[in-house]
Amino acid sequence: MNYHWNWGIFWEMSPEGTGTYFDMLLAGLWWTLATSALAWIIAFSVGSVVGVLRTLRSGWVVMACNAYVELFRNIPILVQLFLWYFVLPEVLPAEMGRWLKTMPNAAFWTGSIGIGLFMSARVAEQVKAGLQALPRGQWMAGTALGLTTAQTYRYILLPTAFRIILPPLTSEMLNTVKNSSVALTIGLMELTAQTRAMQEFSFQVFEAFTAATILYLIVNAVVTLAMRWVEKMAAVPGYTTGH
Amino acid sequence: MAMIRLEGVSKWYTPQFQVLKDCTLSVAKGEVLVVCGPSGSGKSTLIKCINALEPFQAGSIVIDGAKLPDPKTNLPKLRSRIGMVFQHFELFPHLSITQNLCLAQEKVLRRGHEEAMAKAMMLLERVGLTAHAHKFPGQLSGGQQQRVAIARALAMDPIAMLFDEPTSALDPEMINEVLDVMVELAGEGMTMMVVTHEMGFARKVADRVVFMDGGEIIEDRPTEAFFGSPHSARAQTFLSKILAH
Repeated sequence: MNYHWNWGIFWEMSPEGTGTYFDMLLAGLWWTLATSALAWIIAFSVGSVVGVLRTLRSGWVVMACNAYVELFRNIPILVQLFLWYFVLPEVLPAEMGRWLKTMPNAAFWTGSIGIGLFMSARVAEQVKAGLQALPRGQWMAGTALGLTTAQTYRYILLPTAFRIILPPLTSEMLNTVKNSSVALTIGLMELTAQTRAMQEFSFQVFEAFTAATILYLIVNAVVTLAMRWVEKMAAVPGYTTGH
Repeated sequence: MAMIRLEGVSKWYTPQFQVLKDCTLSVAKGEVLVVCGPSGSGKSTLIKCINALEPFQAGSIVIDGAKLPDPKTNLPKLRSRIGMVFQHFELFPHLSITQNLCLAQEKVLRRGHEEAMAKAMMLLERVGLTAHAHKFPGQLSGGQQQRVAIARALAMDPIAMLFDEPTSALDPEMINEVLDVMVELAGEGMTMMVVTHEMGFARKVADRVVFMDGGEIIEDRPTEAFFGSPHSARAQTFLSKILAH
């Protein structure tokens, strides 16, 4: 292989005229972080609500939420993003479609929401599993004290269920960060997209992707460490969730 | 006057699978009722019907004027007035002992934190667990947890207490510490309905014993009469089995 290594490439100016190649990657990293954060907020909140609703004793609510989960987790994330980005504006009334297409940062908003909803189905599954892992007596004890269903969930079931599912939720957060790279297919210039741009401009493919790999590893190492800290903070003396 | 009155309560999952059959009984204010019977006889289901934790298909229950089933009955309010103690304690594992005792006082009865705390500490002293107030349920023994559970129910100033096999999940050496609390409670005139196999406890404090089998109330008689000469063959068999050793 006749490859010309050049680790100094990061400090050379990119042809985009916005700074060095390193600046380019950092700009991509910023979009990766923003997309992952917004997607996770959506995934966590929608997933929690859907997960809780699936444990209620109301037939049609459970059915509707099950349908939601099956829909969002069984269609490839790539197809979902294409549907949101390319198909949705066309099927909406012309006015709304135009508004969607001309919205500033459309790829960011669509990507975050699309990835967020895809991940929310997985979070919903975890939340449901966490709630179902609790003994039914916990629900009874809260209810018997006169707490309403909402209060029983808020003060008793959810605090315990979330403690149980913290480790799998960490995995889902990591998946969200990784899945943010799919948004490059709808034109979001996140880290992977910027890395490819750098490779195309400079032909330094190994340097570019080494940098991207390291940046992804750092982001997810921070997520993992932060979640370990959360687990430690949330630990209850004398209570092991692994029983 | 009856504090709790059950009239023809029946519960079934399918017409073939009936768990309660036409159960009628009443508990007067200050009375202690022990419910016993073989496992699967419907005892636990019956007392869970009283605070509407279990729905039933026929019959009615009246608790201090509140009716079941009745769409006008405010279920959370009704439940907050009836204390319940479970076989597996069901303390909230993520809350400290005092938080376990304060939660419903504050969220349901809308008591201030100071007032709820004072009540909690008073009850913890009563069940002899003041020293454990700051701990979490997982750090206590089964007997201690059950005493906390009783205190948690009492913190709501209930008009009656339901016990669902409160000592069945305990190691033998811890049974008495829980029964002592219950005996004391009965002595103070608390209206109690207790599902239990502790026949010593029944003899000592129960005013009446109800014997259930196959979802039916077979006998409902004063304690002395029940232990002296149970009428039914099924009650006799049951007693001979559990009193054999």
